[in-house]
Amino acid sequence: MLLIPCPWCGARAETEFSYGGEAGIARPADPDALSDAQWADYLYYRSNPRGPHRERWNHSLGCRRWFELERNTVTYEILASRAPDHDSGSGRPGGEG
Amino acid sequence: MKRYSAFSLLRNAVRHNADWAPAWRDPEPRPAYDVVIVGGGGHGLATAYYLAREHGIYNVAVLEKGWIGGGNTGRNTTIVRSNYLRTEAALLYEHSLKLWEKLSAELNFNLMFSQRGVYNLGHSLQDLRDLQRRVSANRLNGIDAEWVTPAELKRAIPLLDTSPAARYPILGGSLQRRGGVARHDAVAWGYARAADALGVDILQQCEVTGIRRENGRVTGVDTSRGPIRANKVGVVVAGHASVLAAMAGLRLPIQSHPLQAFVSEPLRPVLNAVVMSNAVHGYISQSDKGELVIGAGIDAYTGYGQRGSFPTIEHAAAAIVALFPGFSRVRLMRLWGGIVDICPDACPIISRTPVNGLYFNCGWGTGGFKATPGSGWVFAHTIAQDQPHELNAPFGLERFTTGALIDEHGAAGVAH
Repeated sequence: MLLIPCPWCGARAETEFSYGGEAGIARPADPDALSDAQWADYLYYRSNPRGPHRERWNHSLGCRRWFELERNTVTYEILASRAPDHDSGSGRPGGEG
Repeated sequence: MKRYSAFSLLRNAVRHNADWAPAWRDPEPRPAYDVVIVGGGGHGLATAYYLAREHGIYNVAVLEKGWIGGGNTGRNTTIVRSNYLRTEAALLYEHSLKLWEKLSAELNFNLMFSQRGVYNLGHSLQDLRDLQRRVSANRLNGIDAEWVTPAELKRAIPLLDTSPAARYPILGGSLQRRGGVARHDAVAWGYARAADALGVDILQQCEVTGIRRENGRVTGVDTSRGPIRANKVGVVVAGHASVLAAMAGLRLPIQSHPLQAFVSEPLRPVLNAVVMSNAVHGYISQSDKGELVIGAGIDAYTGYGQRGSFPTIEHAAAAIVALFPGFSRVRLMRLWGGIVDICPDACPIISRTPVNGLYFNCGWGTGGFKATPGSGWVFAHTIAQDQPHELNAPFGLERFTTGALIDEHGAAGVAH
């Protein structure tokens, strides 16, 4: 069971959260300009690292806000938790978890 | 290879089992091989066996970082079936099932393959429509499939709660009689013994740390037991596919998740079929030792730790107890996790790669065990001929670019 630090609500059990996949994958600004391979990379290809991984989570049974977690995919140690860059946050600032 | 037989059992019993020969050699790595297979699970060992037997390529090594069959081959729920929805998938898994049916005799190794039947339960009208569609699709592809009513289910599986008041009411189900279970370790051991007898070197405790390339062509691998040259390298490492791909500068459309299973204390025979329910996400059979073998779903998040999330186990256990109230006080003995390689379309990748001479067989996700013979068979063909067999041609890496995905989530993405 992961104890996940929500930047706004603090540490909560993993059952309160939904996993949103790898973080930092921006939707291409101009999809029509992409080759099929580039579009496939955006849709399907992920880094899937063994070690530190930046990922998006939603506190779906809590404040329902998205945030970014950095987690070691082997030890499951949570390395950092922060609000998304574009979200200034309304409560406590996103701090290191 | 000394053949196993009733006579050899008797002879060795008389000699107090003191002179059984090892089932395979433990050779030192040679400097070079025609083909190196990375991954000594069932799929890798099967690949090596079929390379030798079907294609006459005997100068082959299987590299395993731990011990053979110690990964997902030894961690699954041993279910074998071929009732997939999409034609491409159905034909591949059916080819595998046909190989299973003669494999014990072919390998001279008792795989304890038991075609006791696989039931899929439906709990809603939509479940029934999906199951009936799948039964029809299977029949069109020449795969045995039957529709079963709740009364027939109750007769076949007396402990199943088919009452209308059940937490998950059972409205019907499908049955593949030729499906069943097999002894997972025996599959690895049987293929290893047969491949070894054909000259394949099985190198355990031999972890690949790099994939050597020159001018866009693979030239060998670096391992914890030194560099090994190879004309061709086939990688079949399940959950670690992305890690191996990165060694060759490649990316894969794969995400690795823990998948868990657990077994109960041994009971007297209570369940003589495999029962699966996609909707409530549990699947169960009883092993020959008497343990209830129960499979859960994957953890929602990616991970390489071979242990999973407890809420996932709780979810599967709750579903099984709702289906089989009589199991509520059965004690669980062990639980474990394996790392499965999930593809966006829940179908495998059995493919050449942009690196010449480098082949990947991955993405089997939650359901690779059943495919062990067929996977090895088509992968050996792909490596030997440098092009896919017609059975695995639809399963190339290029499908993610062309868009020709084989959407098996309905039939395969949930329960196995």
